[in-house]
Amino acid sequence: MIRLEHVSKVYKTSTRPALDDVSVEMDKGEFVFLIGPSGSGKSTFLRLLLREEVPSKGRVYVSNFDVAKMSRRRVPRLRQSIGCVFQDFRLLAQKTVAENVAFALEVIGKPKNTIVKVVPEVLQLVGLEGKADRLPHELSGGEQQRVAIARAFVNRPLVLIADEPTGNLDPDTSQDIMLLLERINRTGTTVVMATHDHGIVDSMRRRVVELDNGRVVRDDARGVYGVGR
Amino acid sequence: MRTSFVFSEVVTGLRRNVTMTIAMILTTAISLGLLGGGLLVVRMVDKMQANYQGKLEVAVLLTNDVSANDQDCSSQPCSGLRTSLQTTSGVETVVFENREKGFERFKRIFEAQPELVKLARPEAIPATFRVKLEDPERADVIVREFSGKAGVKSVDDQGKFLDRLFNVLNGVRDGALFLALLQALAALLLISNTIQVSAYTRRTEVGIMRLVGATRWYTQLPFLIEAVVAGIIGAVVSVVGLILFKAFILDRVLGDLFSSGILPTLGQLDVLIIAPILFGVSVLISALTGYVTLRLYVRL
Ligand SMILES: Nc1ncnc2c1ncn2[C@@H]1O[C@H](COP(=O)(O)OP(=O)(O)OP(=O)(O)O)[C@@H](O)[C@H]1O
Ligand SMILES: [Mg+2]
Repeated sequence: MIRLEHVSKVYKTSTRPALDDVSVEMDKGEFVFLIGPSGSGKSTFLRLLLREEVPSKGRVYVSNFDVAKMSRRRVPRLRQSIGCVFQDFRLLAQKTVAENVAFALEVIGKPKNTIVKVVPEVLQLVGLEGKADRLPHELSGGEQQRVAIARAFVNRPLVLIADEPTGNLDPDTSQDIMLLLERINRTGTTVVMATHDHGIVDSMRRRVVELDNGRVVRDDARGVYGVGR
Repeated sequence: MRTSFVFSEVVTGLRRNVTMTIAMILTTAISLGLLGGGLLVVRMVDKMQANYQGKLEVAVLLTNDVSANDQDCSSQPCSGLRTSLQTTSGVETVVFENREKGFERFKRIFEAQPELVKLARPEAIPATFRVKLEDPERADVIVREFSGKAGVKSVDDQGKFLDRLFNVLNGVRDGALFLALLQALAALLLISNTIQVSAYTRRTEVGIMRLVGATRWYTQLPFLIEAVVAGIIGAVVSVVGLILFKAFILDRVLGDLFSSGILPTLGQLDVLIIAPILFGVSVLISALTGYVTLRLYVRL
């Protein structure tokens, strides 16, 4: 589903590579934690999958997209088959909850009658059925993240990418969000999540890929956050 | 693509930046107004050329002596002049107009200015041969041959006068078109700038849209339509402006020249005929500027 082959990324403004000869493969339906200290390259890894950045060296494959080599015109197609969730939610501030979710369907040209059917379903899935007409700033952080997850999932993407989705949330709310991501993972969606949260990683016992200074230093099938760190 | 999405984006876009939008509309309108003015002068010159086509004459004015004494051109030197004019090659017709008829004609032309007619005396009007040529361009042959002959006071080429008039009008046209061009450049830069500012203020929003998989086209179309809408409003303003300018200023200043037939009348119809041209130019320029700006300067 996701494959990186000897990927290096050096940002224009820095000399030290953010990713250094990374080769990883993730299968369909896997749940993978991407961990590592600040600046180790987790976000860079995820940005490469979304083609927000292109690698300096190596190749990136997501599903049947040759992400690094594909033309810019095809990038929207790639992003339509990847859902993404961020620490800062990234909702459209002027749109209501329902409109934010509907937007992901509108941009791929789904007909209106599908949209009005699917959006309430997915809002129910994330537990926001009563709040469809609220604006993002009228919601708590946890609720906003649920909207973001609903939007990421409404297209039934092959891959869901989450960059510190619980970074701004308290432990209880984080737990709820993780349950939601787990539920999404059970539908067969590959989930890749970058996180600093020991508790979450340790309790879930999923695959852990650890980065340090842009290199993969650990890849455990059922890992914990790590001892002595 | 959902038209309601594009429409609401355009409206918020234009409202977000009201002052900029107004500036954009006004510069576009002024530019188009000047272009319209230039085109109106072109129409006027065309009409004039058509009006005068085949009517241009060379006037051979006779001396006071002949004008006073020879009412029907029956004796020398008048009758001799008539024969030699008639036999000059390229001359189509020669009409003799004595002092009395000349005065009638003068009164008719200046009907609108009775004070002038009151001041004039028939003695000031010379008897005249009105010579029509097959090719008005060859008037200088007559001027050269008949100037200074016995009985001839002077030879007037109406074409010369008209050429001077056309020169003035063409100067006005070139000036208007040049200013229109400068103003168009200002409008163009303003459109480009507005789009860039507009795109910048909405970069987060557009970034999110792109992340969910919206195409460049989808996120940028609203900016493009914003520019075109401003262009269309600018065109409407310029056409209304031209109609008002014609009704309240041009008709007042040039009214006498219009009614005496020296300048052909410009109707509101003429303004309406050039309106589609102004709309076309405006839409084309704003769309093109918008497109180029989005391609080259907006990285979203
Ligand atoms: N746009 C950029 N331009 C230049 N350097 C960058 C850019 N983004 C990241 N970097 C650098 O690349 C390295 C990896 O950054 P990245 O954001 O991937 O780390 P991270 O693991 O996500 O860190 P954190 O846990 O703090 O989010 C860092 O040294 C960072 O300074
Ligand atoms: Mg990061």
